[in-house]
Amino acid sequence: MQFGLNESQEILKQNARQFFAGECPMTHVRHLAESKQPYDPALWSKMAAQGYTGIIFPEKYDGLGLGKVELILLLEEAGRALLPGPFWSTVAVAGAVIDAVASDAQKTKYLARICRGEARSTLALVEAGAAWDLADASLVAANGRLTGEKLFVLDADVADFIVVAAPSGVFLVEAQAPGLSVTPMPALDLTRHLYAVQFKDTPAEKLGEGANLTRALNIATAALVAEMVGGMQRVLDLTVDYAKMRKQFGKPIGTFQAVQHQCADMYLETESSRSAAYYAAWALEHDAPDAATATSIAKMYASDACRAVGNRGIQIHGGNGFAWENDLHLYYRRAKASETMLGDATFHRERIARLVIDPVSASCGGNDRSSR
Amino acid sequence: MDLNLTSEEMQFRDELRSWLAAHVPADWAERREESLESRFEYLRAWQRKLFEGGWAGVSWPKQYGGCGANLMQQVIFWQEMALASAPPMANTLGLGLIGPTIIAFGTEAQKTRYLAKILSAEEIWCQGFSEPNAGSDLASLQTEARRDGNFYVVNGQKTWNSYGWIADWCELVVRTDPNVPKHKGLTVLLVDMKSQGISVRPLRQITGESEFAEVSFRDVRVPIENVVGNVNQGWDVAIGTLMHERGTFGAGLQITFRRNMERLIELAAGFERNGRSAAQDPLIRQKLAQCYGEIEVMRWNQMRAFSRINATGVPGPEGSIQKIFWSELNQRLQQVAQELLGPFGQLAGSSEHSIDKGIWAYGYLRSRGNTIEAGTSEIQRNIIGHFVLGLPRSY
Repeated sequence: MQFGLNESQEILKQNARQFFAGECPMTHVRHLAESKQPYDPALWSKMAAQGYTGIIFPEKYDGLGLGKVELILLLEEAGRALLPGPFWSTVAVAGAVIDAVASDAQKTKYLARICRGEARSTLALVEAGAAWDLADASLVAANGRLTGEKLFVLDADVADFIVVAAPSGVFLVEAQAPGLSVTPMPALDLTRHLYAVQFKDTPAEKLGEGANLTRALNIATAALVAEMVGGMQRVLDLTVDYAKMRKQFGKPIGTFQAVQHQCADMYLETESSRSAAYYAAWALEHDAPDAATATSIAKMYASDACRAVGNRGIQIHGGNGFAWENDLHLYYRRAKASETMLGDATFHRERIARLVIDPVSASCGGNDRSSR
Repeated sequence: MDLNLTSEEMQFRDELRSWLAAHVPADWAERREESLESRFEYLRAWQRKLFEGGWAGVSWPKQYGGCGANLMQQVIFWQEMALASAPPMANTLGLGLIGPTIIAFGTEAQKTRYLAKILSAEEIWCQGFSEPNAGSDLASLQTEARRDGNFYVVNGQKTWNSYGWIADWCELVVRTDPNVPKHKGLTVLLVDMKSQGISVRPLRQITGESEFAEVSFRDVRVPIENVVGNVNQGWDVAIGTLMHERGTFGAGLQITFRRNMERLIELAAGFERNGRSAAQDPLIRQKLAQCYGEIEVMRWNQMRAFSRINATGVPGPEGSIQKIFWSELNQRLQQVAQELLGPFGQLAGSSEHSIDKGIWAYGYLRSRGNTIEAGTSEIQRNIIGHFVLGLPRSY
């Protein structure tokens, strides 16, 4: 048993860290956020040149053919850099769904374009009921056409095609399709944008059945957790640096246990989220029996942890942490958006309950309380 | 990253598993409710059996009679012990802390004299570290040892000595030089608990049992050959001992928590809440799922930490997050149990209405000590703040 990165994984992570530090520094993130640009096409091309846009997809579609662990290491570094734009939604969500449900011909047509960096995409999943599991989905698909509305669709305005989850299957809609309209849903996160997407008798290509959607969404969820971990790590680093430098009462505030212990908790929360993200990725890669449970546990834990880490980070920064020019709020905004995305802790606790409580209750009904 | 056991690890596990299946006493479940004192000989016999089977001293090198297991095998050992519901070993501190300290710092004569009897549970050991006025600030301890010819003469008072009421020997930290900075005047002695001048008083704790004792020393004469390591360098020896406290034992603890969790999930089906099964109550489901998830995160944190220790060879200060995580988690788990069981949660085993012979009432009280024993949560957070994050010392 060896729960650590191997040499090539370590190299991938280090390279990604250097890449994002060089190509996407905070000044660039701020520039994109403040000029309301959803993403940087030049940066996208460079990411594609690194193979990042095809990291987990088969080589026959021009992907790198690496595993889920490699995917989450990349997302962790993207999260640390607060990479703006549709990388997660294109690769870890839409790409993973296409890979899971579509035919070989469709993958050659769509997935290969994602791998080569020629196309951006996203998944339209949630409707007005705000369920993350299609339980309340009512989008109508008939005769190759979609009618209805999807909400909270990330990056929809830059998507070249949108993958749509409907009760009757998974579809793909080209950006230019008639009857498709994309409306911004202005929200907290300034570096990744949400849209409402309306379909009015919009032509759509069916990719496959919804049965394999859950597994793809688990991959997307683990990748999102990894991205959250990267953000937490950055907030922790900024906060510890600040606590060493900022002086009050003649000494660095990091000397005070009221501050120090909050930093220790941030460390615990970040490391524990990281353990969970790595484990979930490994379990998904190997189709372990607990892969779905592990993914929900990771999202449950990290959803609460990333909020807590952000709160502590800003608290320790005092007034400076509340200021617009400080980078913390950009991370704080992303953390809140990611906390909700694909289900918050409450959603995933219920999912865990269905996976681990219900089978037991069903089999032991009115058990004897004293028979341990 | 490969989270499967290697074929070597699997072989070790299978061998141990079949040995345990054949040897774990069947009546342990009934005897676990008895007081520590009354079942001590039973635990001693169990350790003896492990020793004869070659399984005592799992981390100890083979040349000292141990099992010579590598780190991952030690992890497997504690997991399998928990999975087999095996009783604990009588000489917990001797095996886990003091033996390894003697192996690391002791003389050949000391190794020959003490180690075999630790393994066989013939001699039980306790630690004399904490004092009434030296807990978290251990280095400020005041028990003094004055040199007198070929002896040290010890005077002072120790407290919270686990197994102090039964121990034959004690790893004692004393002050041998009061005129130097506090960390630099300490020495570790091996003290025969039957020496004249030692008096032991069991310390009754919140649960009503006496796991611990107070030990006082009045002109106790200890031969100088019983010094471990160098005189006035006892702090290094003591820290070496405490590092073992955050070892692989936690792997078994995780399994115990998981079993408690599984039992709570079973119990939830038999309790009612708001007119339906508690297992269907949204709030109870949320709380159980949260605990279930955290117990898994504890396992994954441990797996990462063990792999890191395996790679680097030393348990680092990051180990402090394991201690904080399991201790605070167990308190939350016990509280969730209380909420689920409602008024039944408080019942002792002697009540005919009790659940699981009162273990939940006991567990609630016992878990209160988890964030205090083996380094308080506050000290663990100091360790992370200073040694991991590099923040200035706060004291």
